[in-house]
This record gives sequence, structure tokens and C-alpha cells, in this order.
Amino acid sequence: MTTRIDTRFAELKKQGRSAFVTYVMAGDPDPATSLEIVKALPKAGSDVIELGIPFTDPMADGPSIQAAGLRALKAGMTLKKTLDVVRDFRKDDNATPLVLMGYYNPIYIYGVDKFLADAKSSGVDGLIVVDLPPEEDDELCIPALKAGLNFIRLATPTTDDKRLPAVLTNTSGFVYYVSIAGITGAAAADANVVGEAVARIKRHTGLPICVGFGIRTPEAARAIAEKADGSVVGTALVDALKNSLDAEGRATAKTVNAVAELTAALAQGVRAAKQAAG
Amino acid sequence: MTIAKPNSYRSGPDERGHFGIFGGRFVAETLMPLILDLEKAYTAAKADPAFHVEMNGYLKNYVGRPSPLYFAERLTEHLGGAKIYLKREELNHTGSHKVNNVLGQIMLARRMGKKRIIAETGAGQHGVATATLCARFGLECVVYMGAVDVERQQPNVIRMEMLGATVHPVQSGTRTLKDAMNEALRDWVTNVHNTFYCIGTVAGPHPYPTLVRDFQSIIGNETKAQMQEVEGRLPDSLVACIGGGSNAMGLFHPFLDDPSVEIFGVEAAGHGLTQLHAASIAGGRPGVLHGNRTYLLMDADGQIQDAHSISAGLDYPGIGPEHSWLHDVGRVNYLSATDDEALAAFQLLSKLEGIIPALEPAHAIAKVMELAPKRPKDHLMVVNLSGRGDKDVPQVGDILKGKSK
Repeated sequence: MTTRIDTRFAELKKQGRSAFVTYVMAGDPDPATSLEIVKALPKAGSDVIELGIPFTDPMADGPSIQAAGLRALKAGMTLKKTLDVVRDFRKDDNATPLVLMGYYNPIYIYGVDKFLADAKSSGVDGLIVVDLPPEEDDELCIPALKAGLNFIRLATPTTDDKRLPAVLTNTSGFVYYVSIAGITGAAAADANVVGEAVARIKRHTGLPICVGFGIRTPEAARAIAEKADGSVVGTALVDALKNSLDAEGRATAKTVNAVAELTAALAQGVRAAKQAAG
Repeated sequence: MTIAKPNSYRSGPDERGHFGIFGGRFVAETLMPLILDLEKAYTAAKADPAFHVEMNGYLKNYVGRPSPLYFAERLTEHLGGAKIYLKREELNHTGSHKVNNVLGQIMLARRMGKKRIIAETGAGQHGVATATLCARFGLECVVYMGAVDVERQQPNVIRMEMLGATVHPVQSGTRTLKDAMNEALRDWVTNVHNTFYCIGTVAGPHPYPTLVRDFQSIIGNETKAQMQEVEGRLPDSLVACIGGGSNAMGLFHPFLDDPSVEIFGVEAAGHGLTQLHAASIAGGRPGVLHGNRTYLLMDADGQIQDAHSISAGLDYPGIGPEHSWLHDVGRVNYLSATDDEALAAFQLLSKLEGIIPALEPAHAIAKVMELAPKRPKDHLMVVNLSGRGDKDVPQVGDILKGKSK
């Protein structure tokens, strides 16, 4: 099984460049604007898109992404409409990998089999489900792999060498290394510490390692790009979006551009990296 | 759906923390290593006689156990049916059953070398118990409490602060117990290296539902022995209120394999089951939140809905996973009581027995008012009086004043 994710990382490896992964929340600040933002990301330099599934109780997210989810829900976003965004995005873009990221309950309530079928047919390539550790692989991970979707796992500073094999066993696509023990939007980790962690994980897997949490600036993205196969930026983009909204939290003429401009600046940082990690 | 009856109702969970389809370990990877460590530490502690000796010493001399099993003579006469006994958990140090579990978890935290304790709290009873034991053992204590609950349970906020705890009012989401638990989990993910999360109820990722149940089972074990002593037999029925369900599980669990014992759990029906309420079994369905699969209040998209109860301790859109299983297999009957029924019971027990109950067990008393008159005079009914009402006096006083206007 080769997904768009595998293809994209293979291309980037040939170019000798680290991937730039962008996270935005589906339906933030409303479904229509959200679709325009997603469409704008690849043009602005995003190599892989992570699209958040809004949830009322995002236990691993900081205030920015919590608020983004609540804005989306208030605007009537659902998991079904999230899949609609992916389907509409795929009409014009059949190359950029798209990963859904969220929590298990909306998927469980949608129905795992139906969700996997609909996600696949919408053009989703992979899933990151924060509250499904390997101990719960029967729930969604194994069925997702059978359905031809990548299941991307988070590895963290608490995932030691003893535990890494369990975490990596059913992981595919890439490994998302969470650079700090904490919630999204927290302080950044030191690039050298991240480099050591990436090297440690690479001893256990040939999968690309993308690093997230705490990357906000082109300089930080560049520093991480020199140590890892990809860097993930989420909270900074969500904050840029939020700062473009009107007093009632509605999209303005600036909203799509606010996200696109920051994406472009960060993408330049990634592209300025000396070389991607081998 | 018919579910096969198990040989024993007391054998769960399985090694992965499942009670039937419920339970499990639905947490972020950052927490998983610690949860596995906790399981190991608990298994080791359970097998260590020294752990039990130390714990029993504190239960007797610090908590004040055993708590009495008191015959509520005037309530019995008033209702004219079953003979009603109150299991007096409100007489424990800190004023509720919560201390039984906190003591156990703090002793585990000490064995694991954790110096910083975090907890979520609704009514503040679990927060007070945690702050108390942290003071006793010289540990740092941080309590997350919904901003709405901080307002309506001021006396407990003041107590926690006096005991040296830091209370964080939680402004996210609905600003009640569910959001306090989210914030506690966020703290835990961030400070996992030095922090022990002391969960207050029989919920959360495995092994919490099991270890909290085990620490609370002293309630049912004492009740069994005490009833044997005064009446020479088992009780005929048990009644307890349920938010997450720790006081209920503590009373019920030792009796689950005694088929003659009828068991009633009472959820909070708030304004009524067709309106805002907190009755997860009556009004919810299975879903995944806060580390476990269980009955939850949610919408068609799997978004968690706001719960409502007059009682901050029951104001939670979920329930412990073992309760969900006991409901599905039909061993426990889950009923519900509204805010108004609980208020009436609060006043009745205060006036008839001179015992001001917390609003949480007032929900259990409310159902006793319905169940007891329909049962014969030789029927022995035990109600878990899980907490005292001091913390609710200002709130209930205001409500009653408002009603009399």
C-alpha cells in the first residue's frame, strides 16, 4: 500500500528537503472559510496537511486549539462536514497528503467502519487519534490499516526505548514526535534535544519523523527542519487565523490570507534549512 | 441486546481494564508509560502486607473508621415501610467518602516517589480530601475546579486553600467537573515526570476505576459486617447516588454476588430527564471520554453535552465504566432524582434525623422516599450517606429563600 503520504516523503527525500506540515481546525471559523484555508495551504508551501476534527473536550490541546474547536462547533461543524471539506479539497488537489487529527469519540459515534470507508473515499490519507495508544489498537488502528489508511502515532519524551517498538509496530506514514511533554501551543523544545530524540527513534524505524509542538517562527521551523524529516506547525497558524477574525469571531476578508502568509513564511524557513536529516 | 450473565459480577476488569465493552485506556501516549507504572505499583502494593497495615492505621486513627451503620428510626417511621439504615460516610474526616480513596492513592504516590499531586473536583469534597492528605504528608497539591463550582461551593474552596492547596478555577468549556478533569489531564501531560493524578471517582483510564473501587470497597465490607452484627443477615437493598459513582461502587461491590440484595444507583436528573440533567445511563449512550468507554451524554456527532445538576458533585456527563457494565448486565438498577426531589430529601433528613446531608446523597434519600414505603417493615435498606451538607448550606439557603419569596 502506497499512500499520498509515502509518495510525498519519498519525493522530498529525493529533493533533500524536510517536510512542512501544517495543522488547521476543520470548520474554523466556519466551514466555507475553512475549505478556502485548506485549499490555500499547499499553494503557500505546505507539504502535508493535518486537519483537526473539532471536539468539545480536547484533553491534549492548549487554549488556542481548544478555542478553534469551539468556534468550529459553534459554526455547525461535524465530522461528516469535515469529510466534506476533504472531498471538496480533493477536487483540485490529488497530491497533497491530508491527515485527520482528533479524538476518538466523534469517530466512534460515527461508526468505525462507516468512518473509514467515508474517509478513504473522501481522500483522507491518514489518521492521528490522540487518545488511542497502541494498547487500544483493535479499536481503530488495525481497521484503518486494513482500509488502506495510514495510522500515524505520536511518540513523546516519555516514550522510552523499551516502549518505542510497541508504539511503532502498527504506525505507518510517518511518526509524529511531540517534542515536549505537554499540550499543543506550549513552549518549544531545544532543537539539539529534538535532534537527539529523532536519532533515537530512527534507530527503531525507517519511517520519516516529523516534529511538532512549540514551533511558531520561520527560524524555529528551520532549526527543526535541520534535525527531522518534517516540522509541524499548528497553534501559530490557528492564532494567526484568530487574530484575523472580527469581534464576533467571524471570518473577515483577511482571514484566508493571514493563514496563507504565515504558512509561506514558515515554509521559507523550512526550505532554508541546510539539509534534511537522513 | 441480551448480554450473557457472568459467573461473578466481581471478577472484572480484564487485564486490559475492560468491564465488558466499557473501561479501557484511552489516553495520550505521553501518559501511557505512567499509567502502566501505576498499574505495576498498585499490583505490588496490593500484595504487600505493609501497605495494608499502614493504610488501616490511617483509616482508623486519621479518617475515623469504621463509620457507623445507623438505624434511621424517624425516617423509617415517616416513610412507613423498609427499615432504613444510613451508612455514615459523612462522619469521616473531611466529611465524605472521598478520603478513603485519596488515602490509598496518596500512599501509592508516595511509593512511586511522586511529590506533586493534582486532582479534579466538582463539589470540592475530593479536592478537600486530597488537600488534607497532601498537608498530612507534606506534598504539593494543585486542585482543578470548574469556575461555576468554585462559586457554588465556596466553603470547600476556602478549606482547600487553608490546607495549603492551590485551587485553579477552570474557565474552559462548561466550567464544571468535566472541564476540571480536562484541565487536570492537561496538567498531568505537562508535568508527568513528577506528578501523580489523584482521580476522585471510579472513572478514567485503567487502572483508576479498579483501584478507586478497591479503596472505596471498605464501605460495603464494613456495611456487610455491621449489618450481620445488628440484624444477623444481609441487607435486602442498597441505595447510593452516582456522579462518577465511587461511593456507590464502594457500597455495592462487596454485595454484587449476593443475589438477594437489590441494588439501586441514583443519577442526577437535574431539571428532569427531558431537560438539562446529568443522568448518563438514563439519557446517554456508550462513548469515549477521559480515558474510558462508558455511558456519556452527547449529541449525534459525538460532542459531549452539558450536564446539569443542583449538586456540583453529580454534575458530570459520564459515569464510571463498571457502572455502565452493571447496568448492561442488569445487576444494578439505575434510577434518577431531580433537583427538586433532592432538595426535598435534603430538608426531610435534616428535620427528621438531625443530619444535614450533602446534596449528592440527598438524591439517594429522594429515591429511598419512593422505594421504602413500597417495601415490608422487615426489609433492610441501606443508604450511603456519602457526605455532609455543610458545604451546601449557603447554596440551599439561597434557593429556599428564593422559593419562599
